[in-house]
Order: sequence, then structure tokens, then C-alpha cells
Amino acid sequence: MTIDWVSFTPWAALSGGLLIGSAAAVFLLFNGRIAGISGVIGGLLKPSAGGIGWRIAFAAGLLAAPLLYRASVGMPDIRIDAGTPLLIAAGLIVGIGTRYGSGCTSGHGVCGLSRLSTRSMVAVPVFMMAGFATVYVVRHLLPLSGA
Amino acid sequence: MGALISSFIAGLIFGVGLLVSGMANPAKVLGFLDLAGAWDPSLALVMGGAICVASVAFAFIIRRGRTLSGAPLQLPTATQIDRRLVVGSLMFGVGWGLAGFCPGPAIVAVGLMQTKAVIFTLAMLAGMAIFEWLDARRAAAIRGR
Repeated sequence: MTIDWVSFTPWAALSGGLLIGSAAAVFLLFNGRIAGISGVIGGLLKPSAGGIGWRIAFAAGLLAAPLLYRASVGMPDIRIDAGTPLLIAAGLIVGIGTRYGSGCTSGHGVCGLSRLSTRSMVAVPVFMMAGFATVYVVRHLLPLSGA
Repeated sequence: MGALISSFIAGLIFGVGLLVSGMANPAKVLGFLDLAGAWDPSLALVMGGAICVASVAFAFIIRRGRTLSGAPLQLPTATQIDRRLVVGSLMFGVGWGLAGFCPGPAIVAVGLMQTKAVIFTLAMLAGMAIFEWLDARRAAAIRGR
């Protein structure tokens, strides 16, 4: 393993993390809910999921965030290398997987670990390992990386 | 009304946090997931920083047993480690590693009108709808048994 010191941005990462944790805290203190993005968004597609107003409001906040960021900091650096077929496949798998597994990086990762949920302590290592393994296969084993 | 405002503010801070941290950038996420290449450990600090704050809030609110305004908490109650949890998380990790997007960052990037993020997010919503359909069928099959 070699560490990419040039790309390493510890202060930005840490301060962004503190903001994400604060957002989860606001949602918990005022709404009494887990700030799990797949659950908040996925519940819009489920008729019996208990209210849609707050879900739409949360999604609107997420969508408005880049506008606020662009107005105050500048254009964020976002690079998406995957092509359309890969994006569609990845999106489908993420959609089905996060609902089937009841959470993603926010619900299990940030909130689940913070409240010491046993299920999240299983889910997080499982999806991290799957992510590491997938990138290893795509970048280092398959000749067609970048497809 | 209050619940809608706090919900919007939470989403807004969450999204800005994703942008500040670099988590909304798939190239950076893949740099973190690429242990065998030139590894960028930044995103471990995103998770660490977030948990530092959120764990204090959870400790406080779980002891309190209700929200600041006194409304009941809506926290998950499941405790069982089942196949759905493991298989679902496994699938999520694979999809995350393929494109570098998880749900939050994808929606934030849609806010920037990134065409590729829109494609990913539409596919993700379709995946979530497929889950609901399969889950409803499964529930009906169990009831009919």
C-alpha cells in the first residue's frame, strides 16, 4: 500500500465530517430520526412510509447544498469517470442493496455506528470490504477498467 | 412546519458537509476505496469526524427518550443480523465501488446538474422501486402461505 499524500486532504475531510455529524444531530434532535439518505429517499417510493413532506424537505436541502457551496466557496471538484452503462448498473445495485440492507454510508455508517447499532457494526465492514474488493477487481484485475 | 424546516436544514448541512469533505466527488471516493493503488485515506476522517459529533447527539437523545420538542423518537428497532442485511450491504458496497457514488453524494451532484449524476440517481431510484415491488410480492407470498 502506498499513500497518496498529494490527494490527502485531512482538514477538509475532518471539517466536512463534522458538518455531516452536525446535520445528523440536527435531524435527530428536532425530527427524532436517523439521517440515512437511502431510507429518507427510498421511503418516497413506499406508500406506507409515514409522511412524505419531511422527506422532500430533506432532499431539497441536499439539492440546495451545492448552490450554497458554489455561491460561498466556488465550484466543487466533482469528477465522474464511469460511463453510462456502468452508472446505470451501479445505480441499480446501490438502490436495491441499500433498501435490502436497510442503509448506506449515512444510515449505517454515520448514524448506526454512532448509536452503537449491532446491525450497523455488521453492515459497515461488509459494504466497505465489498467496495474495496470491487475497486481492486475493476482497477487491478480487469483490463477494461475505465469502461 | 417546524419538522419541515429542520429537515431542510439538516439536508442542507449534510450536503455542504459532503461537498466540503470531498465525499461528493466519486474520483476521491474511488481513491479511498483503492487500497492497492495510491491510497487516499481522507474519507476515513469524514466518517470519524461525523461520528464524533453524531455519537454525542445520540447518547443525549436516547437518554432523553424524545426529541427537543417532546415528540417521540422514530429510531430503527430491528436488532437481528439476517441475510437481508448482509446481502444488501454486500450489494451496496459493490455498486459503490463501481461508480464511486453512494446515495447522498449522488443527490448532491444532481443539484449541480451533472448529467452522469442524474443517470446514476435515476437508476438508483429505479433500484429502490424494484426493491419495494419485490418486497411487496414477498410479503404477499408470506401472507398467502
